[in-house]
Formats: sequence, structure tokens, C-alpha cells
Amino acid sequence: MIRFENVSKEYPRSGLALADVSFHVGKGEFCFLTGHSGAGKSTVLRLIHMEEAPSAGEVRVSGYVAGRVRRRDVAILRRKIGYVFQDFRLLPNRTAAENVAFALEVTGAKKAVVRTKVGRLLARVGLASKAESYPGELSGGEQQRVAVARALANDPIVLLADEPTGNLDPRATRGIFELFREINAAGTAILFATHDVELVRENGGYRVLEMERGAVVYDSAAQTV
Amino acid sequence: MSYALREALATFRRTPLLTVLSGSMIALSLFVIGLFGLVAYNIRTVLADIEERVEIVAYLRDDAGPQAVELVRAEIASFPEVAAVNFVSREQALEDARAELEEFRSLFADLESNPLPASFEIRLRPGMQDGSEVRAVAERLQAYDIVEDTRFGQEWVDKIFLLRRVAGVATAVLGGAFAIVAMLIIGTAVRMAIFARRDEIRIMQLVGATDAFVRRPFVIEGFVTGLLGGALALPATWGVYRALSGSVIDLHWLPPVWIAVGITAGALLGVIASARAVRRHVREL
Repeated sequence: MIRFENVSKEYPRSGLALADVSFHVGKGEFCFLTGHSGAGKSTVLRLIHMEEAPSAGEVRVSGYVAGRVRRRDVAILRRKIGYVFQDFRLLPNRTAAENVAFALEVTGAKKAVVRTKVGRLLARVGLASKAESYPGELSGGEQQRVAVARALANDPIVLLADEPTGNLDPRATRGIFELFREINAAGTAILFATHDVELVRENGGYRVLEMERGAVVYDSAAQTV
Repeated sequence: MSYALREALATFRRTPLLTVLSGSMIALSLFVIGLFGLVAYNIRTVLADIEERVEIVAYLRDDAGPQAVELVRAEIASFPEVAAVNFVSREQALEDARAELEEFRSLFADLESNPLPASFEIRLRPGMQDGSEVRAVAERLQAYDIVEDTRFGQEWVDKIFLLRRVAGVATAVLGGAFAIVAMLIIGTAVRMAIFARRDEIRIMQLVGATDAFVRRPFVIEGFVTGLLGGALALPATWGVYRALSGSVIDLHWLPPVWIAVGITAGALLGVIASARAVRRHVREL
């Protein structure tokens, strides 16, 4: 479903961010993407999200090839990819429900459909009672739950998470991770980028891709690369 | 109501300060344009008034018979440039001269015979009163046997024509400059409003909005802001018009077409500026 083949990414100013990266993530898979800051985790996610094209090699997501896909198709593809960030990226002047609804409205969904679906999504992340709260009135963990609900709005085939627990305390971290596990159990693939070694260790049994200086140095699925 | 329209209207509720700010900047620049329009329109009106008075006088020979006079009069009246022809008989001319030139009353009283010729006073149609048209008509009049001489204040007509040209060029240049400044200000105001919402654009794209979908609410918003700016500039301009008109100088208010064009231009500028500014942010991704 997600395939990187000999992918390199070079930025004009900061130099090489990815060097000859190859891996494959299958349907419904849960995969940790670990490594220090600057190892290239975010670059991998951005390439999957088709915000950028690789400098060399091929990034293929659900049949679309980064750099060769039409802009309109990028928008369509993104509806199949949920994205969760460390800093939540909620719109501060919209309620939790409006933030989630946003992701549905861009697809042209009908108002009634949006309303029922938003209710269901917020219930799924345990925030049904905070639908009318603004992000500023929510805790970090709750804001991240809203972001997850938004990422799930269009029933994505994969959820990209860029340090989603980076700003959360241990309790909230456990809660969010539990949520991701449930989502994965329901069939959505997850690419979970984190530098939290403790979190990865606590949840052994999932695939781990470890990155260092732009290269994949360890893939638990292949033992070593 | 469509999503784009709802979103555009919701913006005014979510960020009222920004909306008021960019709306007032648009209003202010359109107000300056409005004042300029007021001045330009009034100069035009005054010049048109003066042009209206451009007249050719054709003096007739004393031996011109009434039949010939009437024939020529009808012929001149049928010239495409001519609006009206008025025949002034010798007696009438003398009477007018007595009435108008009081200083010479005694001189006219002592006359044994009437020295003044009969004449045609010819007014031209609007738009056909510039120097060359007037001269051409005068030359054709000279061709008639009964016409002795023609007068039309050549210098005066040329001066009006020059003045009108200068006013026209000044209006175009100044108006163009004002319009460019207004466009820059409006563009900046809209760009500022959109820059403040770049996160929103970023998130819209994040969740899979197409470029057109992202642009639409902003473009509608630009349209409404432009329209509001125009609607605010109008009473401000009218206020200045009233204040000046009552005390300093008698002015004409702008014709409805000018007002409609002004407000439409405001809305259109809002739309164009928004579309451009959004495109810049959309293309960044």
C-alpha cells in the first residue's frame, strides 16, 4: 500500500534528508517509525502525504506515485490518509465538532451526514461531551483526540502520526496510544513516528522501522537492513 | 446554503477585527477614488457647459433677399453637426446692440442708417463642438453667396478644446495612479487577512480539500469585503460633497452609473486580490 523504493530527498539548503530508503507498509499494518529528531521521520511522512516529491527513487501510495500525480488527485488521496501532528493543528476559533466536521465538509458531504458522523467520531475518541468546546478549553490529550477524530473522518486506509504524543504527559500518552491501537484493530494501517523509545519498548510486538541520518538502519520485519 | 458561502460569512463572525480592518482599508482607498471621481465629473460638467455655448455667427450680405435667407437657413439646419439656427434680422441686431452695449447708446441713437448686418446664430450638437468641427462648419457657411463673414471665437474654441484635452489626460493619469494605489492597498489588506488564516488553508489541504474548494470561501469573502468597502466609501464621499456643496463651491453629485461602476470595481478588486493571495498560499504546498 505504501512503497518506498530507493528514495532520496535532498533540500537545497539543509542537504540530504533521506538517503536510499526502501520499505513497504501493508494494509492494516501498525508500524513504528523511530529515530532521533532530524533522522528523517517527518520527511518520510511528508512524502507519503505527497506534500513533496522525492529527489530520486519512487514513493507509491495506494497506486499514486509522488511527483507524477495530478494536484487534484493529491487532494483525493489525502482523504484516504489521516494525519496527526505533535502540535495538534486544530483551528482555535472552531469547536471540537467544527474541527472534525471540517474534514468532512471539504469532501462535499451533506450537512446531515456530517452531523451524525461527527457525533460518532467524537464518541469514538471519548469526547462526545466536549463537542462544543474550543481547543483552548481542552487539555493536550483531549486536543489530540479531536485531531485523531478529524484524521479518521474520511475512513482513511492509513493514519500518519508525527510524534502524536510528543506534547503529552505519560497518562495522556497511554490514552492516545490505546486509541491508535483500537483504530488499528479496526483495520486502519498506522505509521507512528516517535522518538519515545520507552513507548516503543512498552508496546513490543509491532513492527519497528528505525531511522538514522536519513537512512533506515533497522526494520524489525526484515530483522536488519 | 453552500459550504463556501457559509464559511465566508462565518469569517466575519470569527475574525471581526480583521474584517473591519481590511474593509476600512478598501473603503478608504475607494473613498479617495470617489473624491477624485467627484472632481473629475464636475470638471467635465463645467467644460461641457462651456462647450454648449460654442456658437457660430454667420453675417449676411445686406442685399440678401428673404427667400434666399430662408432657403439657406433650412439648408444649414439640416447639417448633421447643427443643433439649431436662429436668424437675427438687422433691426433685431440693432436692438440687441442697444440693449447690450449701454455705453454706446448715444452712438446708436444718432445713426441715420442701420450699420449692423443680419446674421444666423448657429449652435452645434453636443460632441461636435471641438475646434476642427467648428472650423469645418464655418468654412461651409462661407461658401454661401449671401454669407459675408463668419465668427466663432476661434481662439476661445481652441482654448476650450485644449483645456478639455488637458483635463482628459489629467483625469486618466491621476485616476489611473489612484486606481493602482487603491489596488495595491486593497491587495495588501486582503493578503493580510489571508495570511492570518494560512493555518486554516494548510489544514484544509491536509484533510484533502481541492485547490478550488480552498479558494472559494476566500474569494466570496473578498467580494463581500470589497462590496462593503464600496458601500462605506459612498456615504463618506457624499458627506464631503454635501459639506463642499453647501459652502465652498456648487458641485454636481456623481451620476448613478459612476457609483455603480465604483462599487462593482471595489467588489471585483476584492475578488481578484483574494484569488491571487490564496493562490500564493495554496501553491506553497
